[in-house]
Amino acid sequence: MTDKLSRRTLFKNAGVVGAAALTPTLLARSHAEAMPAAEIAQASAPRARTAPAAARTAYIFFNAQEAAFIEAAVARLIPADERWGGALEAGVPNYIDKQLASAWGGGERLYRSGPWQAGTATQGYQLPFTPAELFRAALAAINKDLAAKRTPFARTSAEDQDVYLKSLETGTTDLGGVPASVFFAHLWQATIEGFFSDPVYGGNRDMISWRMVGFPGAYASYYDLVDRHGIAVTRAPTSLSQDAAGHVHVNPNIPPKVP
Amino acid sequence: MAEKLRPVDVVTIGVGMTGIILAKELAATGLKVVGLERGAMRDTVPDFQSPGEHDELRFAVRKALMMDTTRETFTFRNNGSQTALPLRRIQGFLPGTGVGGAMVHWNGQTFRYQVADFIYRTHIQERYGRNFIDPDLSIQDWGVTYQELEPHFDRFEYLCGTSGTAGNIDGKIQPGGNPFEAPRSRPYPTPAQKEPYFGALFRKAVDGLGYHAYPQPSSNLSQPYTNPEGLTMNACVFCGFCERFGCEHYAKSSPQTMLLPILLKNPNYEMRTNCQVLKVNLDSTGKKAVSVSYVDGAGNEFEQPAELILITAYSLNNVRLMLLSGIGKPYDPRTGEGVVGRNYAYQTSSGPLVFYDESVNVNPFMASGANGTMIDDFGGENFDHGALKFIGGAYIGALQTHGRPIEWHPTPPGTPTWGRGWKDAVARHYNHTVALNVHGTSTASRANHLDLDPTYKDAWGLPLMRITFDFPDNDIRMSAYLTEKAMEIGRAMGGTAVVGSPRTKPYNATVYQSTHNTGGAIMGSDPRTSAVNRYLQSWDVPNVFVVGASAYPQNSCYNPTGTVGALTYWALDAIKNRYLKSPGALVPA
Repeated sequence: MTDKLSRRTLFKNAGVVGAAALTPTLLARSHAEAMPAAEIAQASAPRARTAPAAARTAYIFFNAQEAAFIEAAVARLIPADERWGGALEAGVPNYIDKQLASAWGGGERLYRSGPWQAGTATQGYQLPFTPAELFRAALAAINKDLAAKRTPFARTSAEDQDVYLKSLETGTTDLGGVPASVFFAHLWQATIEGFFSDPVYGGNRDMISWRMVGFPGAYASYYDLVDRHGIAVTRAPTSLSQDAAGHVHVNPNIPPKVP
Repeated sequence: MAEKLRPVDVVTIGVGMTGIILAKELAATGLKVVGLERGAMRDTVPDFQSPGEHDELRFAVRKALMMDTTRETFTFRNNGSQTALPLRRIQGFLPGTGVGGAMVHWNGQTFRYQVADFIYRTHIQERYGRNFIDPDLSIQDWGVTYQELEPHFDRFEYLCGTSGTAGNIDGKIQPGGNPFEAPRSRPYPTPAQKEPYFGALFRKAVDGLGYHAYPQPSSNLSQPYTNPEGLTMNACVFCGFCERFGCEHYAKSSPQTMLLPILLKNPNYEMRTNCQVLKVNLDSTGKKAVSVSYVDGAGNEFEQPAELILITAYSLNNVRLMLLSGIGKPYDPRTGEGVVGRNYAYQTSSGPLVFYDESVNVNPFMASGANGTMIDDFGGENFDHGALKFIGGAYIGALQTHGRPIEWHPTPPGTPTWGRGWKDAVARHYNHTVALNVHGTSTASRANHLDLDPTYKDAWGLPLMRITFDFPDNDIRMSAYLTEKAMEIGRAMGGTAVVGSPRTKPYNATVYQSTHNTGGAIMGSDPRTSAVNRYLQSWDVPNVFVVGASAYPQNSCYNPTGTVGALTYWALDAIKNRYLKSPGALVPA
């Protein structure tokens, strides 16, 4: 499996030994040229869609009703297509769940002193809710609203789901104290983060979004590629976890000597 | 009850670029120097190393290196008729915290301001007449000239090892450089960085239009370099994790890479981290500072007496500390009287996008923080404003610094905001789009200012600083004219579509534009219109110097760090060679 190709393997394939003696320039060259052509082809081939991953997610923040809505909603926000899985396949619900259970969900880096009052759009978020409180309050209101309908949200048609999400995006409905558009903006931002952030955070499974756009990930050096204008970069992306396994970023001159 | 500590000679409030430069030189003269830093110690090894460093979510989105807005933030409003509210998350600009300050997470864009920038009001009035300047603008001269600062620009660039192509050496125009640059006494210490594809596409277009392309001066070094302090830095490898990140490679100039190790070896220096300064204490006359009050990380309060107090925090916090300490008269926008908080300015930028077809692989992730290609044909006073109805200008360039996808996933107008259409457009355009940067001046106005908020407090119970800011009409007209110039360049770049719009009012503090907050403790030659004299010395309390972009009377179109560096060495020269020999006001008030 190409994705399991470690940095160590890359070096072996290139016949490079003694990485510690490499200059930064040589390191860069070895990154660019180390991967055999067959592996490049394999790496760049789109992977078949993996089965919906939601069932495997162990939720630690969302309750079952909340998780059902989030899974159905993100599957419409970034849907799967013939070539690339979407937010659900990328594990975005898992990402959001873990973020909301973390310090971030609890209001890390959020100034939380009153008094509280609505401001202008240029002044930004002014509600007392932490992200966790905001999702909890809005999802409770949404699920209460949806419970009145005959078909559960997750089983309504894609078209009907889109209409409902659009109503949140542009709506002023009060969702337990959270304006619908504010909740939608939080959900959409979290979905983008979960789709594009490093897989170590529980989303972007198989680096699906990075392969989709062609972002090489946590890759350290393009010294010898940056002036090869317009080249197609087809190497498989690298996540922080892979990098940890085959740590090749260490600069042999670090730390430099202090005179 | 605060514990009173043994007196020292010098205290720097803030251990970032300015505090470290000043402390290093003053400790070397034998003075006992203490550096107080609100954040933690961090260094290239082990703190900025991979794999952890290449984490877009943690550093770029969650802003791990920035000031902790749980404990302190700023309040903001567009104008005096509104109620300022706290910026509950920091989004529009990114002050750092911790040793090294914002110069740890900067992009390395290292410019000199122009000759005319330092004599701005005089120059505009002489060139266009007294009535050319909008009456709401409060632009003024700096009280120091480019010629006086040149040796200090030079020293700062050689400290950083800045990579670039000189355009003007002692008045002689150099091939490949910026022909509009102010004359420099010698070339950059290292040659320009390699030109990425987006820069080459831009260069080809501006060459055809008759403009003057040059490589952006960069303190992400093009080759290994040993600076005059004896510290060696490495070549930048274009990893694309620069602004908002520390550099793992010793390739970006920062206090940690270019000076701090020398300072820390000097036994005359003591750095105290996690220390929040509350106030500079004055004696009963109010004309002499006697000590600094601060609280350490465990909540213990101290009073540190010192002979000389250097306020060397981020520009906004320099101003806040003056206001909290009663140093200088606060500015009142209704009367125009007072000086502290006056002439807060920013940067007036816009960013057209050039969309290409899928055969053009831009590869934006191969980038340093400052490896663009740009023109200064419309920078500041490089073009005639006589027929135009504004002052100021902008540099225009293709200056992409990364391809990190949470932040960078451009889509053309008409793309759905989410769903299949959005996803298709992101996949289609991610690697086939070039962003241009129109980086414009910010002219000071009477209404834009800084003061203490009447309502909101920090975790230590002190008032937050209130920012009142909107773009002056002059700057909106400037942005309209120059964004169109950039669009013309974009159309010559061979793309399929060019999309952009000039900056409009109101200023939105929730959208990142730049961390170039300037003014509020401005320098000048008249104590009625400036808070510090031409040596950055407080007019009112001469044993206090306030060093940083807080001293800018208005903001130029260039990134401010190079000029902060020059001003720091300029102030150092005055402190070392004049003030220490005869402490007191260096300029009669």
